[in-house]
Amino acid sequence: MYVAVKGGEQAIARSLELLAEARRGDTAVPELELAQIREQLRLGVARVMQEGSLYDEELAALAIRQAAGDMLEAIFLLRAYRTTLPRFGYTQPLDTTAMRVRRRVSGTFKDIPGGQVLGPTYDYTQRLLEFDTTTPAVVKSAETPLPSNMPRVLDLLDAEALIERIDAGSDPEPMDLTREPLMFPADRATRLQNLARGDEGFLLSMAYSTQRGYAESHPFAGEIRMGEVDVVVCPEELGFAIEIGAVTLTECQMINQFHGGNGVPPQFTRGYGLSMGEGERKAMSMALVDRALRCDELAEPSYAPAQNQEFVLSHSDSVEASGFVQHLKLPHYVDFQAELSLLRTLAAQHATDTDEQPLSAAGGQRP
Amino acid sequence: MDTSPNLARAQWMSLLAQAEPAELAAAMDAFAPPADTAWLRPAQTGLYMLRGRVGGTGPQFNFGEITVTRCSVQAGGHIGHAWVRGSNPRHAELAALADAMLQDSAQHASLRMQVIEPLRRALDTRRDDASRKAASSKVEFFTVVRGE
Repeated sequence: MYVAVKGGEQAIARSLELLAEARRGDTAVPELELAQIREQLRLGVARVMQEGSLYDEELAALAIRQAAGDMLEAIFLLRAYRTTLPRFGYTQPLDTTAMRVRRRVSGTFKDIPGGQVLGPTYDYTQRLLEFDTTTPAVVKSAETPLPSNMPRVLDLLDAEALIERIDAGSDPEPMDLTREPLMFPADRATRLQNLARGDEGFLLSMAYSTQRGYAESHPFAGEIRMGEVDVVVCPEELGFAIEIGAVTLTECQMINQFHGGNGVPPQFTRGYGLSMGEGERKAMSMALVDRALRCDELAEPSYAPAQNQEFVLSHSDSVEASGFVQHLKLPHYVDFQAELSLLRTLAAQHATDTDEQPLSAAGGQRP
Repeated sequence: MDTSPNLARAQWMSLLAQAEPAELAAAMDAFAPPADTAWLRPAQTGLYMLRGRVGGTGPQFNFGEITVTRCSVQAGGHIGHAWVRGSNPRHAELAALADAMLQDSAQHASLRMQVIEPLRRALDTRRDDASRKAASSKVEFFTVVRGE
């Protein structure tokens, strides 16, 4: 138990000054500009936006600078800032089918309508440090742009009825975890909101565990697409829908084996991942974990950590996890004094009891 | 659903929001705000919750929030509104002002020619450039038969 303490104001003030000095580093080196972070650390900005659950490149860049590059701290700063802003409403659902694609690959089909487009990716780099900073190559544009409408790869399987069909159904209003607490069992929409905000490292490990045998999902990356999607809102004052800008998104559609069950014939099933900016690792991890968490719905044996929604969803959030782990360093003086005095009493009793052997003498066996 | 005046207005409001703030500011430089300009709702930044769909086309889920700046202005006897992604108040103010002035039949044609059409061309060019750059990395994968 944490008990409030008084005092230390002076020391705290000095500590904040030390932090500010350490954050700035050598003042002979120019301070980072937000535009530099936004432009040259764009993948870090994307992660902070995604897990901070707020799409705003400027604010994310500011948070990264203030947190001295500690991404989890920057995510915390963004989460804290969003609570100061009014909520105007909900956007219309993002239409990722109409994405202006800049990257699109499939691990399942070689030839896909619209073609495979590599875009900016680290996949084919040699992972060798480049010591000489060179001016970037000028990209030689193709004569013709990509088709304006890239069909979804999974629709090819859908046409043969080999993959589960997905539609909006009655299009129910989804639960909003920023307004209501997480309750179990959580439906798929709620789980996806949780996973979208979830820590990339945690989801990556959970996803990896499913591939290594802790939940057999036999995944294939059906389609990964990255590009720009328009944001559409319909304000009450207007009564009609307008675009307010565009966001960069990465979407991953996993295809997973399914032997049939719960009245469903054998077919492929889907796992879904969506991430702000170029967040491919996050989107793929999210899709694998999304699929693993569908075990009950598909009547699959559930034994692995990644299939346990209470385990996954309760531990995915870095702000909560980091807060609870790190609160241990705050004063627990009263709590600890109580334990200390109990232990002293027990030790004293033990010393007077001559028959009892210490644990080490009894071969470490507890009674 | 949408009547056609609303459709035309939705299109120009979308375009004003999608424009680069600097391009919008430069285009609007030639148009002085009407004398009666009054800010009904000064630029205010808030949040919209972005919604996605499960599997891209399934039921909705709440994906994460986005900053949006809104603004309302009365100018030349018309009320202009703007909702613009991000937290740039000037972008929202100029978009709201342009929306009000575009509703004024006396100014509509010149605004369309000097603001809307250039912004549309700039947006189309940006999108075409990005798409042709991406298209340069289009690949053909060949399957190599095992055992050969």
